Amino acid sequence: MKNIKHLIEPGDFTIEELDSLFRLADAIIADPNKYLDRCKGKLLASLFFEPSTRTRFSFESAMLRLGGQIIGFDDPAASSTSKGESLADTIRTVGCYADIAVLRHPREGTAKLASKYSEDMPVINAGDGGHQHPTQTLTDLMTIRHYKKRLDGHVIAICGDLKFGRTIHSLVKAMSRYEGVRFIFISPEELRMPSYILEGLDESTYMQTDQLESVIHEADILYMSRVQRERFVSEEEYERLKNYYILDKEKLTGAKDDMIVMHPLPRVNEICEEVDDDPRAVYFHQARFGMFIRMALILRLLNMEVEQ
Amino acid sequence: MINVSKIKKGIVIDHIAQGQGYKIFSQLKLDEIEDVVVLLRNIPSNKMGKKDLIKIETEIPLDLTVLGLIDPNITINIIKDGLRVDKIKLTLPLKVTGILKCKNPRCITQHEKVKDVEFILADAASRIYRCEYCDSHTSL
Repeated sequence: MKNIKHLIEPGDFTIEELDSLFRLADAIIADPNKYLDRCKGKLLASLFFEPSTRTRFSFESAMLRLGGQIIGFDDPAASSTSKGESLADTIRTVGCYADIAVLRHPREGTAKLASKYSEDMPVINAGDGGHQHPTQTLTDLMTIRHYKKRLDGHVIAICGDLKFGRTIHSLVKAMSRYEGVRFIFISPEELRMPSYILEGLDESTYMQTDQLESVIHEADILYMSRVQRERFVSEEEYERLKNYYILDKEKLTGAKDDMIVMHPLPRVNEICEEVDDDPRAVYFHQARFGMFIRMALILRLLNMEVEQ
Repeated sequence: MINVSKIKKGIVIDHIAQGQGYKIFSQLKLDEIEDVVVLLRNIPSNKMGKKDLIKIETEIPLDLTVLGLIDPNITINIIKDGLRVDKIKLTLPLKVTGILKCKNPRCITQHEKVKDVEFILADAASRIYRCEYCDSHTSL
């Protein structure tokens, strides 16, 4: 097997490798024209077994802006899996054509399985069920780094569906490696953080609560996510809990002036539109970083970067 | 009472909880080796009431780590020239393949044929393992 690197979960990159990736993304942002043809002749397979707008467009834009090309699908009915082909066979076949693959799948662990069958094509996990979404985390870390100038020493309040929120699982795994980071997990009892995430954390570095208002003043970063109605057995309970997690101007009055509000998007109603104009709201800028960091990731995994 | 003679060289797996003998026999794939193997079930035991026992007369090294997961109270005696030369104390294996199954209905291993799924020890006190694919916890 060749020595190729995949990105399946945030731990696949060391802190030093991430720093280097962020610096490459900075260089691309500063001079995107320098990278226009860097991936000329390279092919990215965009394998989306689950709907996606943001992540898929972001990856495809990233590859096109590097001069590469794209093959793929965004509807599994259009692939041979609808004929009963195994994932292993799909990946081995795609590996005959493409240089790099981006995979989103509703089943957890799919990207890892795909990577085991990909001998010389790097596989990027673009979301596997409710498990992990490491490239959203790269975007989130770029955003934090940009607005807070560093990644260590922050109090990060994460609010909403912590049980099934894959972007949140990856974010916690990644941020827990930086010194002095503390987490405040805000969720209803039913949507608490999975034990496999908590077991990776020092108990002194996190607290769990169901009250946003009582902890918002402590946060340097507030990461909002959608409370998913479909997870609740009782409609009454959903109605009772959902208002805890609608961020409005009034709740923000208790927050630090330099706190930033992040959200992986799409937003439903968990952040009121009135918050969009608040200088602390950075969620729309997050998406912009996504394309550049994915350009850097593609370059790095294909070993196609130019000297910085 | 059935008598089985002492073995000269091999392994005696003793103090197996009653009824677990066949499970261990299968897990160690003892049906695949050509040496003499004896599985005794429901043997009277002062300590355990009844127990199972396996004797294997072989020179082939067997991977016994999985036995720690099935039952850490099992005793493994290594026999040479008819005498016990070593007694192995079992511990929970750090990684297990082939005996656990992921219980997460959303895990890819429930939907694709995945060979040799590895489970990593997550909590020794409660004997909980983590699926290498979806990270969900599971136990025997």
